[in-house]
Amino acid sequence: MEWEAVIGLEIHSQLKTKSKIFSGASTAYGAEPNTQACVVDLGLPGVLPVLNGEVVRMATKFGVAIGATVAQRSIFARKNYFYPDLPKGYQISQYALPIVTHGHVEIELEEGATKTIGVTRAHLEEDAGKSLHEDFHGMTGIDLNRAGTPLLEIVSEPDMRSAKEAVAYMKKIHSLVQYLEICDGNMQEGSFRCDANVSVRPIGQSELGTRTELKNINSFRFVERAINYEIERQIDVLEGGGQIVQETRLYDADNNETRPLRSKEEAMDYRYFPDPDLLPVELDAAFIEDVRQQLPELPEAKKARFVEQYGLSVYDAGVLTASRDMADYYEAVVVASSGEAKLAANWVMGDLTGALNKEGLDITASPMTAEQLGLMIERIGDNTISGKIAKKVFEAMWAGEGDADLIIESKGLKQVTDTGAIEHVIDDVLANNASQVEQYRAGKEKLFGFFVGQVMKITQGKANPAQVNDILKKKLQS
Amino acid sequence: MHTKTIAQLSAALRAGEFSSEELTRFFLERISRLDDKTNGYVTVTTERALEAASAADAKIAAGEGGPITGVPIAHKDIFCTEGVPTRCGSKMLDNFIAPYDATCVTKLSEAGTVMLGKTNMDEFAMGSSNETSFYGPVRNPWDLNAVPGGSSGGSAAVVAARLAPGATGTDTGGSIRQPAALTGITGLKPTYGRVSRYGMIAFASSLDQGGAMASTAEDAALLLQAMAGFDPKDSTSVDESVPDYRATLNDSIEGLKIGLPKEYFGEGLSSDVANVIDEAIAEYRQLGAEVIEISLPNSGLAVPTYYVIAPAECSSNLSRYDGVRFGYRCEDPVDIEDMYKRSREEGFGPEVKRRIMIGTYALSAGYYDAYYLKAQQVRRLIKNDFMDAFAKVDVIAGPVSPTPAFKLGEKTADPVTMYFSDIYTIAVNLAGLPAISIPAGFVGDAPVGLQLISPFFDEARLLNVAHRFQQITDWHARVPKGFE
Repeated sequence: MEWEAVIGLEIHSQLKTKSKIFSGASTAYGAEPNTQACVVDLGLPGVLPVLNGEVVRMATKFGVAIGATVAQRSIFARKNYFYPDLPKGYQISQYALPIVTHGHVEIELEEGATKTIGVTRAHLEEDAGKSLHEDFHGMTGIDLNRAGTPLLEIVSEPDMRSAKEAVAYMKKIHSLVQYLEICDGNMQEGSFRCDANVSVRPIGQSELGTRTELKNINSFRFVERAINYEIERQIDVLEGGGQIVQETRLYDADNNETRPLRSKEEAMDYRYFPDPDLLPVELDAAFIEDVRQQLPELPEAKKARFVEQYGLSVYDAGVLTASRDMADYYEAVVVASSGEAKLAANWVMGDLTGALNKEGLDITASPMTAEQLGLMIERIGDNTISGKIAKKVFEAMWAGEGDADLIIESKGLKQVTDTGAIEHVIDDVLANNASQVEQYRAGKEKLFGFFVGQVMKITQGKANPAQVNDILKKKLQS
Repeated sequence: MHTKTIAQLSAALRAGEFSSEELTRFFLERISRLDDKTNGYVTVTTERALEAASAADAKIAAGEGGPITGVPIAHKDIFCTEGVPTRCGSKMLDNFIAPYDATCVTKLSEAGTVMLGKTNMDEFAMGSSNETSFYGPVRNPWDLNAVPGGSSGGSAAVVAARLAPGATGTDTGGSIRQPAALTGITGLKPTYGRVSRYGMIAFASSLDQGGAMASTAEDAALLLQAMAGFDPKDSTSVDESVPDYRATLNDSIEGLKIGLPKEYFGEGLSSDVANVIDEAIAEYRQLGAEVIEISLPNSGLAVPTYYVIAPAECSSNLSRYDGVRFGYRCEDPVDIEDMYKRSREEGFGPEVKRRIMIGTYALSAGYYDAYYLKAQQVRRLIKNDFMDAFAKVDVIAGPVSPTPAFKLGEKTADPVTMYFSDIYTIAVNLAGLPAISIPAGFVGDAPVGLQLISPFFDEARLLNVAHRFQQITDWHARVPKGFE
């Protein structure tokens, strides 16, 4: 039987506010345990939550950016359950009336086609703390620094049909929240994480299969692997005559497998009810419109502009706008290079990305600034150096030897463009390789490259390649 | 000194008749001598009181401070007080010392009051007799075998026994008004949102409201003046200007329209209490008020509605008492589940557990619509009744409690009977309205309270109406035997 997977994602995106969603404590990552938890975060008797207005603006931004309905009235509810790192015994979340509903994003499939993925809802909630099971000699430590950190939970429709589509969707949302500057997207620190709902059904069947929920998968690679594993597992179970149990499963990255965490029967009754400590969030149309007006340029628009403004291919524009940091870097390179847009695209996507990947660095951590790279590219554009020599300059710059001009000067890499000097070298080369000249003239044209190589060898690569080609051709034909 | 009102003490302090320190020592001495009779205090904060008193004296000497600077008061033990135990009547919080002051406490401290101590109360404010306190029942100063009412029974008893000139209380379903009535003092429950709930340990968040308890309406006005106002730490506090409550106390009430809801005078109201209320209403007629019969048709639904909403909220509010971060933790738990279960089993008393169970049930999947949602709808009807009534009258008057103080142990066996002792007070909380209980007379030696209810944020009117009554009566000035 042919099977089809049906996948929906719940993405938890940590909003990058300075303070927590309901208290004034800092949200900065990595502090000593429990140093960023105030009386409100600790859930001490008598404390009350006060909504951080910034999270509302951020959620509104997201809603507007995905063409969603931003609710003029949304309500915080309490999700009641006991857990040691949940200080109040309930999580403040949104339930019946979330702030964002009915949005959608476009993802690109491999064949260049696009697909629309529905976003059912996005709601605001507070994060819990962390339970630390190591280093406490059989006991558990609780760190409440993260308790009360604002989250936007983004719930998709079950619109994805493969792990690849799921990853494409996740990457799309990841890029979008960073474009909107509402999330730093840092997956190692847990700022962006996801749960996946996966089911399979025979192709052609409209009814959904029983789903399982895969919890807390914190990288694109693991999302793909976890979903693929789960699809295979479910197909094996069904083909073996078994039934899928509706349950929550945990992905174990070390063993690349999913394991049951709790079944539907054990599912908790969260006893949601509107939080009486908080007023409904009421937004007027003017506020939503104001946020819409202030939206930054979004990936689709930026991509179209890159094609238009810089004459890039759709593919290159797509790569360069995949993240806002990449796009911003690229545009800074173009400016610094005095408008060498195509060269800039080649260098950013080629050598720079290669060098960054080799060292496992993000573009924001690049040791080479966009200005530095742009100035080097400008030297290619004004024929100070050739593209080939530029690779040496790039390496030296990457190694921290200084700016392009300094390196070109100190290493004597400036291109030779003096026609007389080049002619002189060519004459020597032709005179010293008389037999090759004869063979070339007899029709062995691929020897042309040999002559170019000899010229470059003598000039240490500094002769202007176009001039070398022109003069060489003339002399060989004469 | 103890028979003086806060207003009189204020004048005496400013006139230099005695210092705040002398006054504070005087009350501390009375407490040490007399509080055993009532068990009104759970903590006496001698040191903090004397420090605050000398600071107040310095202010008064410098010609600074306001009308209640230097006046000693007591705080219900539901308000968090930094560095002093806040136990909320529960074993669960026996070891709890808050690292911060409730907004109410801060405001009253900033106004110069001197905290004498923390007062006993029903456990987590759940009770109408003060018998659910882990720290033992409070006795009514008028009859040491009777209850003082609850849950602010400790505050009511210490004010009635003149062991404090005034006290804070909280009112979720009548917890200020009912004990005020049963002990013969004045108790004001402000509009929901008038006084910050920050630092006031939550029972039922949409109903809880802090307020003032004192001998007179004028004193309640002085305390409310300091307590009221918007608090950025409480999203449900309302950003509405606070009028000068004393400025309008003496306004004429000639032509005031007083509504008597017929539902508050029917079956269940003791005839003795009814007679006292009738006489009080007659006094108002003397003052020129017009008395009109009105109807609050959904009154009968208030108690069942309340006993869905309040337990539902409490079941969630009390989840934080899990033994993890503060409060009671059972001995030697074998695992987290055991720790939760035994800490809560051993730390909470039976009434609290009963309400957590009721509330958990009411919020459970499959029951939410039938109970919680339905109760919220009925709550709207109850509020609408009041809105309709206030289209016709300025204030509503009636009894606070269907009977005078009952005996200790009389109703503990039957929680539902106990719940119905709040039948006239609960609707006010469901609607969020302000109301006051003022001493209106006696049945034998037992005080009876008159309840006055006004539209939202019209506390000034309530205090005015109450004050005018107290100008022509002296029920509020009576002191129970043994405490003169």
